[in-house]
Amino acid sequence: MNDIRLPLGDWADAVIHFITDVFGGFFAVVRSVFAGFYDLVDVVLQTPPFWVVILALAAIAWFAKGWKLATGTALGLLVIVGVDQWDNAMSTLALVLVASLIAVAISVPLGVLAARSDLASKVIRPILDFMQTMPAMVYLIPALILFRVGVVPGIVATIIFAMAPGVRLTELGIRGVDKEVVEAGQAFGSSPWRILRQIQLPLAMPSIMAGVNQVIMLSLSMVVIAGMVGAGGLGGEVVQSLTRIDVGLGFEAGLSVVILAIILDRVTGALGTPRKPRGRDKQAPTTDASEPLGPEAERLPAASATA
Amino acid sequence: MSETPVSAAESPALSVRRLTKFFGRKPKEALDRLRAGAGRAELAPLGTAAVIDADFDVRRGEIFVVMGLSGSGKSTLIRTLNGLLEPTDGSVTVMGETITGMSPKRLREVRRRHISMVFQHFALLPHRSVLENAAYGLEIQGVPAAERRRRAEHILDRVGLGGWGDKMPSELSGGMQQRVGLARALASDTDILLMDEAFSALDPLIRKEMQEQLVELQQELGKTIVFITHDLNEAMFLGDRIAVMRDGRIVQLGTAEEILTDPADDYVAQFVQDVDRSRVLTAGNVMEAPRAVVTASAGPRAALRSMRDLQTSMVFVVGGGRRLLGVVHDRDVLRLVQRGERSLEPAISDDHPVVGADEHLSELFESAVESQLPLAVVDDQGRLLGAVPRVTLLAALGNVSSNTGEHAVIETPATIPVDVITATLHRTARPDTAIADAADASAVAAAVAEAADIRAEAMHRDAAGERSPA
Repeated sequence: MNDIRLPLGDWADAVIHFITDVFGGFFAVVRSVFAGFYDLVDVVLQTPPFWVVILALAAIAWFAKGWKLATGTALGLLVIVGVDQWDNAMSTLALVLVASLIAVAISVPLGVLAARSDLASKVIRPILDFMQTMPAMVYLIPALILFRVGVVPGIVATIIFAMAPGVRLTELGIRGVDKEVVEAGQAFGSSPWRILRQIQLPLAMPSIMAGVNQVIMLSLSMVVIAGMVGAGGLGGEVVQSLTRIDVGLGFEAGLSVVILAIILDRVTGALGTPRKPRGRDKQAPTTDASEPLGPEAERLPAASATA
Repeated sequence: MSETPVSAAESPALSVRRLTKFFGRKPKEALDRLRAGAGRAELAPLGTAAVIDADFDVRRGEIFVVMGLSGSGKSTLIRTLNGLLEPTDGSVTVMGETITGMSPKRLREVRRRHISMVFQHFALLPHRSVLENAAYGLEIQGVPAAERRRRAEHILDRVGLGGWGDKMPSELSGGMQQRVGLARALASDTDILLMDEAFSALDPLIRKEMQEQLVELQQELGKTIVFITHDLNEAMFLGDRIAVMRDGRIVQLGTAEEILTDPADDYVAQFVQDVDRSRVLTAGNVMEAPRAVVTASAGPRAALRSMRDLQTSMVFVVGGGRRLLGVVHDRDVLRLVQRGERSLEPAISDDHPVVGADEHLSELFESAVESQLPLAVVDDQGRLLGAVPRVTLLAALGNVSSNTGEHAVIETPATIPVDVITATLHRTARPDTAIADAADASAVAAAVAEAADIRAEAMHRDAAGERSPA
């Protein structure tokens, strides 16, 4: 039976070694850029006293949706302070923000490309499938080799894992823009770039923002795995509690992750939906679909709090 | 325009030559087979031949309607006219510039300057205000903000949306949204307007209103309009000329009247069956030669004799230059003759219906109901062109032969027996008037001949397809 074994693993190994040998310098640059970026965000979040950060985040929530979300945000963050996970939470937040930003910066242009070219779409789709379904920990192995232990392999693995919905929903959003409206742009002599900027991107925005939201949520779900390669933060705590079978620590760190997740989801979700009182029927279907989810998801934190 | 001003002024707004559009693989092979006479069905395995050998010119300032059912290729055709689709074969020339095979950059330039479009589902930018939508074409043209605001506001006023500029499209009804679509196209100030089923998504009342407004705007602004529709009534109402499409081919091209009265094949004939003929045919299309006509100067005896000969109770009376003065009835004239009056003047009444040559039949019914006299058809100067008796009106609606001259009921039946008239004429005849009678008779003949001339001239004008000056 083992006679016909495919040496796929050996090949992957060889490829990674080849890459390290040839592009080592390149990866060193990427490493320092990502690390620098992360440090910057981390410093911004860690330096001020916790209540300043809480006020700032609550203000963003208030701007995005309203006072209810602002209050919820502030209370949730106070709970994190209360269980003494503040520093870890901020490290995690920095990691999530950096990874999400980079993932969005890569995935939206890719989505635009896929929407404009059927060939690109056909090439990109299986790659995304691969990236999304391959067990996330597997990315850590080459990432570790290429970027060494620390926060950077965590960021890279997170980006790869979280990118897919950004690409997919951007493509879907742009392809879903009313064909006649795009034709109108062409018929009046607008250039393709201008049509993209003035018609396709604004009209696809609800879908793109749903993609951004998904990217952030997936990034957060990678936090624990990133903790395994020394990214620290809440993920590190969870990994530690696992090795020590420490239920208390695990719960506190886990709850902190949940709180961060809910805040990030609500804020980015609110940013994606236009704040107009009545949008009427011309809204993109994605926003309509997210509507019924709202109250359902709202009940979740209450349920977990009582548990 | 600056390159060849002379030829540009003379060339048609659009010229389409052997235009074929095939969707599918192997367009070359499909093209060869189409040219060899293959039908659409035979090519189905290869793809769809949406437009096959379309060949026509659109004159400047006309409304050119392309009419066909869904799937007949009309939407594809209109999209090749501004280069949204590249034809598989053949060429399109817009205002003297051949756009087929043109670079995308130049093509965009042609669209900006010469050809704008109105869409079936409005295709407004939902995230922009009504004013910004109306100014979109100008924005693309690079017109400064203040100027485009001014022009867009002006056009919005013109289409009846003054004061709505700050609203969002979603706050407007369908009819109003399409007015914005129309305003956007008009504001760009292009020579040609393409309208792709522009009114099909609107409800019937609004639609009628928009059609009327479009005709009005067209006459005012003199735009060339290519209008696509699947509604024959709409086509007939709007179109100076109509191209009927079926299975990708243009099966007939002509004026509304030509298509209605002389359909090219069974398909078109079947199609026009359901048309509301009364809204298409005009008085000028169906009128009869006015046989019962006398000149005012001919006198009562001539009038009476003419009525006797035609066995009718009335004749039209025309003055100098064939201006219609009114009608006289046999009883009144008989009385004049008995009294020995020399002038027809006292008997002329003007309580008879008069209609213009370009009034639609639907507008004639009321007059026809109110008076049993034939409707007098006059031109702009009030000259008598012809008459529309009720029978003719009915015949035209029923698509019976439009020449009803042989029907006995064509003239209003005489109310006085022939022998009474003859007797009266004899009794009142004097030696000197016998000569005058002869002169009268020739005056009548001359009047009839002249009428025929004017009618012929009017028909010639119609055939030339000119719009009567507003």
